[in-house]
Amino acid sequence: MLLFAKKLGTASSGLQKAYSYATAAAATALPHPLTNVKPRYTTVFINNEWHKGCDGNTLPIINPATEEKIGDVVLGNKADVDKAVAAARAAFKMGSAWRRIDASSRGTLVNRLADLMERDKVYLTSLETLNAGKPYTQVCSFDMTLSIKILRYYAGWCDKIHGKTIPIDGDYLCVTRREPVGVCGLIIPWNFPILMLAFKLAPALAAGNTIVLKPSEKTPLTALYIAQLCAEAGFPAGVVNVVPGDGETTGAALVAHSDVNKITFTGSTEVGHLIQKSLGESNLKRLTLELGGKSPNIVLADADLEKAVDVSHQALFFNMGQCCTAGSRTFVQSKIYDEFVERSIEKANSRIIGDPFDLTTEHGPQIDDIQYKQVLRYIDIGKSEGAKMVTGGGRYGKKGFYIQPTVFKDVQDDMTIAKEEIFGPVMQILKFDTMEEVCERANKTQYGLAASIFTKDIDKALTLVKNIQSGTVWVNCYNVLDAAAPFGGYKMSGLGRELGESGLDAYTESKTVTINISENNS
Amino acid sequence: METAVPPPIINPEIKFTQIFINNEWVNSVSGRTFPTVNPVTEKVICHIQEGDKADVDKAVAAATAAFEIGSPWRRMDAAQRAILLHKLGDLIMRDQTYIASLESLDNGKPYKGAFNLDVPFGVKQVRYFAGWADKLTGKTIPVPGDYFCYTRAEPVGVVGAIAPWNFPFGIALQKIAPALAAGCVVVLKPSEQTSLTALYLASLIKEVGFPPGVVNIVPGYGPTAGAAICEHHDVDKVSFTGSTAVGKIIMAASGKSNLKGVSLELGGKSPNIVFADADLDYAALMSHHALFFNMGQCCVSGSRTYVQEEIYDEFVKKSIDYAKKRTIGDPFDLSVENGPQIDSTQFKKILGLIESGKQQGAKLECGGGRHGDKGYFIENTVFSNVTDDMCIAKEEIFGPVQQILKFKTIDDVIKRANNTQYGLAAAVFTKDIDKAFAVAHSVKAGTVWVNSYLAADPSAPFGGFKMSGIGREGGEDGIREFCEIKTVVVKVPQKNS
Repeated sequence: MLLFAKKLGTASSGLQKAYSYATAAAATALPHPLTNVKPRYTTVFINNEWHKGCDGNTLPIINPATEEKIGDVVLGNKADVDKAVAAARAAFKMGSAWRRIDASSRGTLVNRLADLMERDKVYLTSLETLNAGKPYTQVCSFDMTLSIKILRYYAGWCDKIHGKTIPIDGDYLCVTRREPVGVCGLIIPWNFPILMLAFKLAPALAAGNTIVLKPSEKTPLTALYIAQLCAEAGFPAGVVNVVPGDGETTGAALVAHSDVNKITFTGSTEVGHLIQKSLGESNLKRLTLELGGKSPNIVLADADLEKAVDVSHQALFFNMGQCCTAGSRTFVQSKIYDEFVERSIEKANSRIIGDPFDLTTEHGPQIDDIQYKQVLRYIDIGKSEGAKMVTGGGRYGKKGFYIQPTVFKDVQDDMTIAKEEIFGPVMQILKFDTMEEVCERANKTQYGLAASIFTKDIDKALTLVKNIQSGTVWVNCYNVLDAAAPFGGYKMSGLGRELGESGLDAYTESKTVTINISENNS
Repeated sequence: METAVPPPIINPEIKFTQIFINNEWVNSVSGRTFPTVNPVTEKVICHIQEGDKADVDKAVAAATAAFEIGSPWRRMDAAQRAILLHKLGDLIMRDQTYIASLESLDNGKPYKGAFNLDVPFGVKQVRYFAGWADKLTGKTIPVPGDYFCYTRAEPVGVVGAIAPWNFPFGIALQKIAPALAAGCVVVLKPSEQTSLTALYLASLIKEVGFPPGVVNIVPGYGPTAGAAICEHHDVDKVSFTGSTAVGKIIMAASGKSNLKGVSLELGGKSPNIVFADADLDYAALMSHHALFFNMGQCCVSGSRTYVQEEIYDEFVKKSIDYAKKRTIGDPFDLSVENGPQIDSTQFKKILGLIESGKQQGAKLECGGGRHGDKGYFIENTVFSNVTDDMCIAKEEIFGPVQQILKFKTIDDVIKRANNTQYGLAAAVFTKDIDKAFAVAHSVKAGTVWVNSYLAADPSAPFGGFKMSGIGREGGEDGIREFCEIKTVVVKVPQKNS
């Protein structure tokens, strides 16, 4: 297992399996990155073949650590999307190869894709590092490892997707079949490109669907490579198709398409709104949304302080703050507040910033100029609204979209930085007194993706668990994800759940079959 | 789904003949060995260390230690158990030719079938159940009161697996795979007639890297090694495939000892019902395979073929044809369909039952005696005009002897089909949708085939009604029999929905 554990605090028994980035010591166990990595595929993938874009338009892909162009990738237009959907539809026809193979054979193919990703993991992780600016050690130990686990997990579900037989009244045999929903449009974000692809591709394929995938216009390179691996794994032509492009041309065409049966989208709540509206205006296709968050991370006075500080730091700064689950409202009980702030400043200051390919780097650039400017704007707003900035606050270095790890204390609930999703390395530490108070404040948000509590008291832990309106709750840990555990948002953080057995529901359609028989007996 | 079959290894090297405990090979405590016989030549292949109670005690102790809280096996992520199982599947496929050859040598079944069916069947078990390892969920349950209530599906513990001789490799894995996927530890006793592929499997288990003590294999006899497992106070569950007579002994042994859970896959006398509106050619062919597959040594053998009177004579004619055409010979010959029966005991028993058929008035249409003069080969035998009260219609023959009985109406045949202590499988051949479901729902059998036979998969539950068994193997139901449910109830300050 490439996954690396960090020994957190003295109270933990044995190794704590937190999905934290690898330490420098651990990094020596990782294969060295290909620092000269080049993208291999930059066009449109349909029917297991590479096609030029229909109108010749392309988008530049930028390396956020150097601000230099890596290359150009096709900007798919409506015609490209139409072709891809048509291919996916054909591959889904009754009698097609994909519809006829045994469910267990789908599992074999998904496992084979996992094997190929494992085989090419140095290339893929290096390419991801180049395109997204994420520290290479993190891409290896977290993104890639969990992606392969998700594929293998869903490979195991293929021949276990059960309907039921149901004892209805009357002389009938009643059964449900769980059929694939059809042509699925998968729209992937830029913060965890490979991982979000795995989140969606694995269950969609496991359930027998065909796919048109649109990676983020900022980070399409690894998705395009994985498309070729799908062909190599042996998926029939048309089962997986990839159309690179942006939201307003490519994504919109996919979302509005009348022959797409389902859309799954991970990205901003703002775009989530647009998508849901579009579905209402087109063919009422099924929808899963994984959107933003402003997740409360609650630290009680009786918590293991060193562990709470450490994990709260990672909860915010992991992936340069570009996590939907970022613990971006750190509520600390008044008794330990000052100490917590001091220790958090220390941790923020010791975070190692540098070249993502450097094995000691913990903190890379933000994804692009737009995000970079947005984060700096939030920092300014924070200062102007009266929060106290105690470290960081500006650009790091002279090249690349780097921002210093930043910490605000004395943050109030009504401040912009306490309400809006910053998606950058900016930590907000708020003070609270009682459980009742903090539970209420934690819920005062339109979001509801994740939450956490640090405490030794079992009653307090279970009280938060019960009260919080959040799709995932962590107790004495953070960002613990697993292929088998459902993940998703309450309220405006999303619609539906990914991962786990529940993750399959969105990709199946239930058909009830009722057969008249001559005489029913129990 | 057949692939081109590579040539068999006719004299496969016997690499392992000892007892396997804690990933090590040891001799029996008593020093005794027992012979395993080649049913084609009637000669001893080799001698194997004979496990008895003392060896079982060592194996169970090793398994118990490997199952302790905090052990590597208990601490291992469920997904990692799946990875180990998949690796085992890979190694079995790597050695497919060798294992099939060894199985053929030891059991007498045709090598082609061992290669195309038996070994892949074992691999399917492994891969199917590997997929369940990280999916054995418990629930959270809204009990009344201020409580947080959840269940855990914990591994039941030390599983005593007792495998039969008719599909030695496949059925050993049918038990080992779900047990390991669920996190249990295993003590396996293969059938004394066919220990060799199980012992080779042990070497692969060690090669994969399962921690020591997770799988232990003790070859030996039923009344000694088998009984020791069933009576052992530290064995948490027994999973047995074999005869109904021994199944009863095992259940009693559990009652006498520690009330260990018992899963039994026992005998059958499965009714195969062919209606006049069936596709006659197809039904006759499927019914032939339903009986003669594996030389009739199948628990689900379609050994009472009920044919509707309108098509009876024609059906019998076709059946005789198929029986006569079925080739008997050297299992290593790729054109051979039937090898010998497993040993002289079975051989004599089958010939005895054939005699009873003749004496009780059934019409012997073909076969009826020994084939050749060496090896436990029996001719493909067909009886017609069989009636329900004859021995050959009531007792499990477990040989290449087909009974064809006549029936008039659907109500009549369902009654007759159910008039047996057994209830493992049944089949119905008809184009009529109403008849198909009427039979499927009223016959007391764990598996019902409609216009098919022998279609089985690790993903579908399999087991017997009545004295054909207890419990189910296969599917989610099957693996959950290796789990023990623990309910945890935690007091909370204030429950809300």
